[in-house]
Amino acid sequence: MAVCIAVIAKENYPLYIRSVPTQNELKFHYTVHTSLDVVEEKISAVGKSIGDQRELYLGLLYPTEDYKVYGYVTNSKVKFVIVVDSSNTSLRDNEIRSMFRKLHNSFTDVMCNPFHNPGDSIQSKAFDGIVSGMMVQTG
Amino acid sequence: MESLTLSDVEQKYYSDLFVYCDTDNTKKVASNGRVLDLFRAAQLPSEVVLQITELCGATRLGHFGRSQFYIALKLIAIAQSGLPLRVESLNSVKDLPLPRFVVGKNEAEARHAALYQDTDSQGLYPAPGAAVIPRPPGRGHQNKKGPPSSTSLPVHEVIQPLAPNIEPQPEPTSPVVSPHQSPPTSPHSWRKHKRQHSGGNADRQPVVAATGAVWTQFREPQTGPVTGDGMWSSHSPPPPGQESWVSFTADTPPSSTLPAMHPSSVQESTTIRTVASAATTNEIQRQSSTYDDPWKITDEQRQYYINQFKTIQPDLTGFIPGSAAKEFFTKSKLPILELSHIWELSDFDKDGALTLDEFCAAFHLVVARKNGYDLPEKLPESLMPKLIDLDDSAEVPEPTADVGYSASPVEVTPNKSPSMPSLNQAWPEMNQSNEQWETFSERSSSSQTLTQFDSNIAPADPDTAIVHPVPIRMTPSKIHMQEMELKRTGSDHNHPTSPLLTKPPELSEEAKLPASMKFVAANTVGDGYSSSDSFTSDQEPITRQRSQSGTSPEALKVVAPPPPPPRPHPSHSRSSSLDMNRTFAATSATGQPQPSTIAYPPAVPPRPLPTQTSVPLTGHRVEAEGVPGGGAVLTTTSPQQIPQQPNFADFSQFQAFAASEQPSSLPEVDKHSEAGQVDKTSEGAGPLRTVKSDGQADERASATVNSTKGSSGPLAPPPKPVRRRLKSEDELRPEDEQHGPQKSNVIAAVLATQPSIPRSVGKDKKAIQASIRRNKETNTVLARLNSELQQQLKDLLEERISLEVQLEQLRPFSHL
Repeated sequence: MAVCIAVIAKENYPLYIRSVPTQNELKFHYTVHTSLDVVEEKISAVGKSIGDQRELYLGLLYPTEDYKVYGYVTNSKVKFVIVVDSSNTSLRDNEIRSMFRKLHNSFTDVMCNPFHNPGDSIQSKAFDGIVSGMMVQTG
Repeated sequence: MESLTLSDVEQKYYSDLFVYCDTDNTKKVASNGRVLDLFRAAQLPSEVVLQITELCGATRLGHFGRSQFYIALKLIAIAQSGLPLRVESLNSVKDLPLPRFVVGKNEAEARHAALYQDTDSQGLYPAPGAAVIPRPPGRGHQNKKGPPSSTSLPVHEVIQPLAPNIEPQPEPTSPVVSPHQSPPTSPHSWRKHKRQHSGGNADRQPVVAATGAVWTQFREPQTGPVTGDGMWSSHSPPPPGQESWVSFTADTPPSSTLPAMHPSSVQESTTIRTVASAATTNEIQRQSSTYDDPWKITDEQRQYYINQFKTIQPDLTGFIPGSAAKEFFTKSKLPILELSHIWELSDFDKDGALTLDEFCAAFHLVVARKNGYDLPEKLPESLMPKLIDLDDSAEVPEPTADVGYSASPVEVTPNKSPSMPSLNQAWPEMNQSNEQWETFSERSSSSQTLTQFDSNIAPADPDTAIVHPVPIRMTPSKIHMQEMELKRTGSDHNHPTSPLLTKPPELSEEAKLPASMKFVAANTVGDGYSSSDSFTSDQEPITRQRSQSGTSPEALKVVAPPPPPPRPHPSHSRSSSLDMNRTFAATSATGQPQPSTIAYPPAVPPRPLPTQTSVPLTGHRVEAEGVPGGGAVLTTTSPQQIPQQPNFADFSQFQAFAASEQPSSLPEVDKHSEAGQVDKTSEGAGPLRTVKSDGQADERASATVNSTKGSSGPLAPPPKPVRRRLKSEDELRPEDEQHGPQKSNVIAAVLATQPSIPRSVGKDKKAIQASIRRNKETNTVLARLNSELQQQLKDLLEERISLEVQLEQLRPFSHL
């Protein structure tokens, strides 16, 4: 039950960002942006190995008092960021991983679409559907 | 009355009209009333009508004979076309459109039209029927019944606009539509019909001349609704009266009057259709007739799709790569976003390529979208490729029929019947669509260079990618262990990272991450790592121990830099002390190894005796210790302790040396002996002296010394020899007098010396000093041991810290 889900391209611009609409979305945008630094740090930190062994799931990037930010990076340096409400303490690591896995799957589906140009923002109803399914159902 | 030459069409038309007017069934005379009505329907000014009447000679005759009637009709046509009414023009005007009659003719004309058009059971009979007052919608019944219904008026009016556009020949062309179109379908058709008409009219205008052309035009709307009907069957009939035309068809009895025209018209229409670029709207509307079950693909559509598929991919069982599909569908000029959505819907297996079924589904969706239908959120069942997959290739009709059946059983029966004709009729549509697509193809599609997505094959099944890394227990090989050991010693990083590598693969398996391919590789690599790491971790303690053991000697070696390298024996200290002795011989050396230093400071300079005695003693010790280091020592006898032999030998040498000093020291010794502490030294000196004096004594002393050394050797070696020496000296001294039981005395002395430390207190100063020396030696040994242990402790602490760091790193994984 994420509060905000974002897909960041390799060049660190957002391909897709969507928040629970009732809240201050700008705040989430900012959070995602700041989390990119942590993602970069994690990527470079593990860069010691060849890179293939690099873990795709980055885990908790950093927690704030309100929410936690999780990161996931693909082998093509596309980053997924999920912001989860801290009050949702029941979320376990495996659940977050499964969310990332679904995101990755639908992202590859979007990429497989020949009408989608990599680098364009993602405008896929299927992808939107998946994201909606993962978002917190507020009101 | 001049002769009137009429074209066949005109002839027919006129005769029909005459029949219409021939209410009296005279076959000769058209009733005035009817004629006048007809003329009124022509919507000509009354004076024109009068003129016409006059011209045709009816005025003369007072009635309309057939010829007059015909002339009148022709004149009407002329008048309607705007030409001046001239008798001469009757024959001169070529290609005169048929006179149009609007009002009042409805029922009658409709009847007539019905006669001619009844083959079109759908009543599709469109605009062409205008001349015959095309059947009013829904008035079919009424029309047939004949009684004029004023309600038809609006219809006529509706028809009227169409009529002018429509070429005459209504009846002959009407029956184009196959009779077997069932009435129920008709209601549906007319909805489309109207649109078609509107579209068709526009198109028909240009194609006026040829009859065939007209026919085709007629055909067009007819076929449209026909196909639509074929597809719609389940539709509820649209409310009557909504539109003209269509409902009529429901009631027109199928007539076979003009069945013959059917094939020809079909052919003509086909050809014309292909030639003329008919209104896309028509065709689209026709195709949009899938509205009913909007997503069902008809056979002809499927056939068309298949043909299109073949143009891209000749193998029907093959795939169309994404790039080719993109180009193809981009031609349809749909926005990319919609095309993207269509792709998402149709690429069922998400492989970036389209199978035949997927392609058909995509094509169908594109067509529907072009027709204005919104794309569904999910792929409709009828478009699901699974049904086709069940059959082998080349299944077109059956599966589609199956699809149709599954989609709506109601449609089955009606579908069957119209399917055939619809097929025929749809062909032109298909051809039409061909044109459409061809036109698309002609226009250049977007020149975007597509990234090749073919290689992007989404993981088929994320679960399959998960490989449980079975922890591999690798039996540690010595080489590996050595490597590990080297690694450990080499860098500390190995430790923190290796457990990390172990962990992530395990965690990833649990999470079943979809990045299968590479991740599997990562897993496998991680497995290797994990195994190696586990191996490493397993072996770590061992290696640690080994390393510890390995390092311990090294540590020892390292720790004791100042002292000479490893001193397995106290003899080393001895040796160092030996050196010290030598130096000390000159001066009191304090920087020497401890025992000697320890030994020496207490050596009071003013007391040469003890010093001397101690010197010899220490010298003995040193020599004894040094000799093993040196290795080559004269070993006389004592097999008891090899290490002692050198001592012994040294001792003997030292004894010789000491003996030389004895004379000087002896008196001192004697002096010391007075103090009591010196006794030992004197004793020591004594035996020395005796040794000096007697070789035998020497031997004995040496023997005793050896024995003492030997016996006490295994125990605290460093102090022992000293003690032994002291003791031996002490004992030897009194033994000077007792040469006999030296051995026993020695043994006793040895036994005594072992716990002798406290005893030594009460003995000579030398003994004390010796004991001090011993203690110091033990102290040094213990200190060295302590340093080694400290080193080990440090290592362990380091390892602990590293493990703690690893734990910290792994903590988030476990807790979150």
